[in-house]
Amino acid sequence: MPALGADMGAGTLVEWLIKPGDLVKRGDIVAVVETQKGAIEIETFNEGMVSELVVPVGTKVPVGSLIARIGEPSEATPAKAAPAKAVPLAPPVSPPSLPAAAPMTPAGPALHAVKITPAARRRAAELSIDPARLSGTGVEGAVTVADVEAAVAHRAAAQAPPASTPARRIGFDPAEMRKAIAAAMGRSKREIPHYYLSHTIDFGAVLTWLAAFNDAQPVPNRLLPAVLLLKASALALREVPQLNGTYVDGGFQPGAGIHVGWAISLRGGGLVAPAVRDADTHSLTELMAVMRDLVQRARAGGLRSSELGSATITITSLGDRGAETVLGIIYPPQVALIGFGGVAVRPWVVDGRVEPRPLVTVSLAGDHRASDGHIGGLLLNAIERLLQVPEKL
Amino acid sequence: MSDVDTRSMIVELLSAIAPEADFTSLAGAEDLREALDLDSMDFMNFIVALHERAGIDIPEADYPKLRTLDGIAAYLAR
Amino acid sequence: MSASVNPTPGPITYREACRQGLRDALLNDPKTFLMGEDIGRYGGCYAVTKGLLDEFGEERVRDTPLSESAYVGAGIGAALTGMRPIVEIMTVNFSLLALDQIVNNAATIPHMSGGQFAVPLVIRIATGGGRRVAAQHSHSLEGWYAHIPGLRILAPAVLEDARFMLAAALADPNPVLIFEHVMLYNVEGELDPAVIGVDIDRAKVRREGSDVSVIAYGNGLFKALAAAETLAADEISSEVVDLRVLRPLDTATILASVAKTRRCVIVDEGWKSGSLAAEIGMRIVEQAFFDLDAPLRRVCGREVPMPYAAHLEDAALPQAADIVAAARGLVHPA
Repeated sequence: MPALGADMGAGTLVEWLIKPGDLVKRGDIVAVVETQKGAIEIETFNEGMVSELVVPVGTKVPVGSLIARIGEPSEATPAKAAPAKAVPLAPPVSPPSLPAAAPMTPAGPALHAVKITPAARRRAAELSIDPARLSGTGVEGAVTVADVEAAVAHRAAAQAPPASTPARRIGFDPAEMRKAIAAAMGRSKREIPHYYLSHTIDFGAVLTWLAAFNDAQPVPNRLLPAVLLLKASALALREVPQLNGTYVDGGFQPGAGIHVGWAISLRGGGLVAPAVRDADTHSLTELMAVMRDLVQRARAGGLRSSELGSATITITSLGDRGAETVLGIIYPPQVALIGFGGVAVRPWVVDGRVEPRPLVTVSLAGDHRASDGHIGGLLLNAIERLLQVPEKL
Repeated sequence: MSDVDTRSMIVELLSAIAPEADFTSLAGAEDLREALDLDSMDFMNFIVALHERAGIDIPEADYPKLRTLDGIAAYLAR
Repeated sequence: MSASVNPTPGPITYREACRQGLRDALLNDPKTFLMGEDIGRYGGCYAVTKGLLDEFGEERVRDTPLSESAYVGAGIGAALTGMRPIVEIMTVNFSLLALDQIVNNAATIPHMSGGQFAVPLVIRIATGGGRRVAAQHSHSLEGWYAHIPGLRILAPAVLEDARFMLAAALADPNPVLIFEHVMLYNVEGELDPAVIGVDIDRAKVRREGSDVSVIAYGNGLFKALAAAETLAADEISSEVVDLRVLRPLDTATILASVAKTRRCVIVDEGWKSGSLAAEIGMRIVEQAFFDLDAPLRRVCGREVPMPYAAHLEDAALPQAADIVAAARGLVHPA
């Protein structure tokens, strides 16, 4: 049972997606686990033949318990990897929907050469899903049309109202979600000495560039300002790596990559922050697709274990209808939280004159054990600098 | 498309984004973002779905016209 | 041209259906006549022409010397001058002796003469294995002939096609080769009384299905249909397509079936390499690649000279069990 969040103590196995005798590859989705934060799809880090499913459906087990055996039956070690390890999986990229005639190629680095039949590629494109993420039941393990449609039906079932599908995903329970947030945030404020910095940034260059960019794009390819905030933050962290990583066992561990947890508020009250992996390496268009996919799956209950618990920094953005500034609480064991308020038009000084300008306030909550205000200031200045040249993001 | 069909099409697209909302009590002139607690990502996803379903291009400058059910229906009827 | 009614209603054999087609041709058009080895006095190697010499006489039913090249050439000449000869070559194995006549004369004269000469020749040829007559007498070379422009190649499998394809072939102004599979002559059934003519252009779906298309012709059709029954018991729904015309291939019907089922097994008694099945597979890949949900499979003759021993011959020929295994492997891969 993997840890899907810093404060997860136990999880309930609600569905097995494999059976003994199946061959699994790294990254295959093997089970669905119910947590306080809703139903999460678990991926396996191991390859091999499933030999035993140890935990029956419906059982709640502590994090770290053995739930299945993969590989030779004589192996004594648990099949599931230790909790919350960074896994080099491809970032979840959901391709935009294409006309039926165009064959799909999976964007982003592929885990392994997945065989996908031509008909399955076409169907996946029609249904806007990435066939390379599925396991195939066709000849030579190829992903077939049936596999693609089953994956979509799987997702559709997840979106069905809770009452009609017992024993399948039931979405999250708001009371449980609240408890999980309370536990995590409570622990954070108890243990982490927070310091706060904030900085107001002229957002005019971004909005001007964005309007021109979106004007030339068809609707599905347009960007939201949030994508630029995410990319600028990720690039700024390259310059200030002391804020990208975790604090464990009394020391700072720099993150192996810049995996940005993007805070998504869920309807009905709730918060998840799945990771956008290697956010600094992707184009704005790719990031937009990833974010839209994450938001949809976060709300529908299709998030995966690799996306939770692997973030090295979290960003929360309140958006237009929120407040001007957010002073957030760090998600342990991370060492920083970047917050963006809503864009507001305010008086600003430009070339010695006062003008109305669109402004956004960025804040940093930092773990004072791992960094000092000076470092935090460097990050915020870097974000400001990057947002003045949006075309380079 | 008739007004009834337009409205039910819009509601269908919105319910994929806000499944728990009560659309029967949603007034035509209510701001959808307030009524359904949609953020900019939700609104974006709705615009994309509308673009795909109705087959029309929607320039960014027109987004303010699409904040209410009445506004969307009028926009589609053009 | 009038079609004659089946003189003895009730079940007939494929052989009898062929014979009725020949009899109709002789009755309806005085320009038609038959030529071949042992077709007259002997009644035909496979007894297809039995009784026709007595009914129509030596001018219309001509026994030829043992020289395929000579009598096929004579048939070409007769056709060139306005007759409607129906030449019988005893088996495709012996047709090789007339290959030059068929390929270099019959197929080319209309083109080489710029249309000034027509060769309205019909050649009936028995083909296929299963009769324990070993390597030199068991070929299925209709696929070779289907490679030659200028020829139309037919493979009647069902009774209605055995009965009526000949008439359509005679109406075709260009050379037509009709391949009758030796194992079908004794197959018995009832002719559909509603059918009074058939086309010689299109393939036909003999059994509708949704999980896999099985493309077959001639004797292979019945193995495919038997396989379909077996597969149905396992809830695999096969669509069986009878090619009927090997040249020109009815690609449209094949592609429509593959678009529906997305999987395809091609059955061809010829040897696999360079087979007609290879051509069909290639057309599917060229034109329906994006419809495919599984690789293509072929069930063909094993690439050995046909064995003499019965069990070896059976092992060398495509069988229903092979078709079942191929189809199952596509629909439920292990």
